[in-house]
Amino acid sequence: MNAPAARKRSELAIPELRALYAQYGYREFRMNKFEEYDFYAEYRSFLQAENILTFHDPSGKLLALKPDITLSIVKSIKKDAHLPARLCYSETVYRTQEDAGSFREIPQVGLEYIGEIDLYAMAEVLALAIDSLHAFSPRFIMDISHVGLAAGLLAETGLSAGKQSRLSSCVRAKNAHEIRALCAENGVAESLSEKLATLASLYGKSETVLKEAAALDVNEATHQALAELRSLCSALREAGLPEVNIDLSLLNDLSYYNGIIFQGFLPEIHAPVISGGRYDSLLLRMHKQGGAIGFAVNVGLLDSLSVPKERAEESATLSYAGDADAAAALKKARSLAAEGKRVLVEKSPVAGQKG
Amino acid sequence: MQDWISVALPKGRLGEKAYDLFEKIGYGCPSIKEDNRKLIFENEEARVRYFWAKPSDVPIYVERGAADVGVAGKDILLEYVPDVYELSDLKMGKCRMMVAGLPGALDDSGRTLRVATKFPRIAARHFAAQSREIDIIKLNGSIEIAPLLDLSDVIVDIVETGTTLKENGLIPLEEVVPISARFIANRVSYKFKNERMRGMQERIAALLREKQ
Repeated sequence: MNAPAARKRSELAIPELRALYAQYGYREFRMNKFEEYDFYAEYRSFLQAENILTFHDPSGKLLALKPDITLSIVKSIKKDAHLPARLCYSETVYRTQEDAGSFREIPQVGLEYIGEIDLYAMAEVLALAIDSLHAFSPRFIMDISHVGLAAGLLAETGLSAGKQSRLSSCVRAKNAHEIRALCAENGVAESLSEKLATLASLYGKSETVLKEAAALDVNEATHQALAELRSLCSALREAGLPEVNIDLSLLNDLSYYNGIIFQGFLPEIHAPVISGGRYDSLLLRMHKQGGAIGFAVNVGLLDSLSVPKERAEESATLSYAGDADAAAALKKARSLAAEGKRVLVEKSPVAGQKG
Repeated sequence: MQDWISVALPKGRLGEKAYDLFEKIGYGCPSIKEDNRKLIFENEEARVRYFWAKPSDVPIYVERGAADVGVAGKDILLEYVPDVYELSDLKMGKCRMMVAGLPGALDDSGRTLRVATKFPRIAARHFAAQSREIDIIKLNGSIEIAPLLDLSDVIVDIVETGTTLKENGLIPLEEVVPISARFIANRVSYKFKNERMRGMQERIAALLREKQ
């Protein structure tokens, strides 16, 4: 027989996270299940989902089930809004499942900080991302990177956009051997090719990695990226947050993010539970002031974690043989339940025989 | 206590060669050499676990974290594009992905080229780069027979020695990409078991340098 239906870990997580974000003044943002399709078509390059689920409303207008929340949040910020705006959400997004050719509902919780992005803003958002991970497990890893580093190094190669994107997928795959091969094939200087290989391979505690990464400073973009990473990591350390890692091979989508980016992981979950970063370019595209940084928690992934057991040791199993002792079994079960125990009553496999 | 490392090996000769390499860098598991029906082999002392998988499934086990690391041919990585780290080129299992067919099969560029292959994605990418219109016929084995029965004009397949092609009157026409075995790792395992996995990667690199 089935055990009493356990609550999903994601269901427990959502209120926990909302309460955490509310403590820091993040207001809840609610939205419709759908937006006009045109909206997503216009900002297509800012969407990670490739296919959008669309349908017609009664007047024939094309609508889309929301594949993303961030776009709608940024759109909702009015010209004369008081900045910075701190918003959080707990919504369902709809994305395609690559192989199965079907759509999936993904529960997502997240927050966005919109306005002038200074060191405090970055540190606050990172700290909340770290606290969110910590709420699920004491054993977690937060990886931070800065897209300026890869972008700066790739620009130095002077290669075409297509070749740069091949290089950046090698960086993402920590594939140093193919970076070297591709660079050699295209006449990129060996010193630069070694820097790209280092960028792909460097990983570990922020202090150690940032020291080694100093060698990757080649131009204005890389200089600024390294300076930002350094000040962010030391701010987090000084504020007493747990150690973060630096993974410079973390690139995500270079056209979307333009500064700090980060991903959070839990053991046993083989996808990032949290991903986020700075995306000023979207605000620019929407003709809005300021910058933005935020993250989303893919709470659906948490369902593979076990739910913290409540009073599990106090659960009792009763058995009954047949109709004859039904009333007695129910009476016993009720008295145990009244004591606050969890009871599971099962029929004995062979009537009359005692286990 | 050290974390366990699970290794997915491709069934067959390549997997056996790859195991020898892991044994040389201190990740031996003697029970794997005993010919028995077991599926999973463990060495408690070295805290390493091996299992055999169909070669094209290795990246799936690694991507999903059922294995921390694995060995997969570049052909499979190019075809399925799994989201994994590709940590080293093991320089073994070397061969080439080729376009092959009867002599002159590529010459008539006026009509759609029929391409039989086990690797539709690789084939599509190769001909798209030449802006050539193709019709892909996905087969699961005995690809060489397709041009002989006029099912296709050419094939895109792995060529090791070229003997099978020659025996069937086919010739290699174009190279698509050179192939070798790669050491791949799960993205999340790489973070949580970083020291051990980096150690493996470094020892592999040292061994390959020695061989050169």
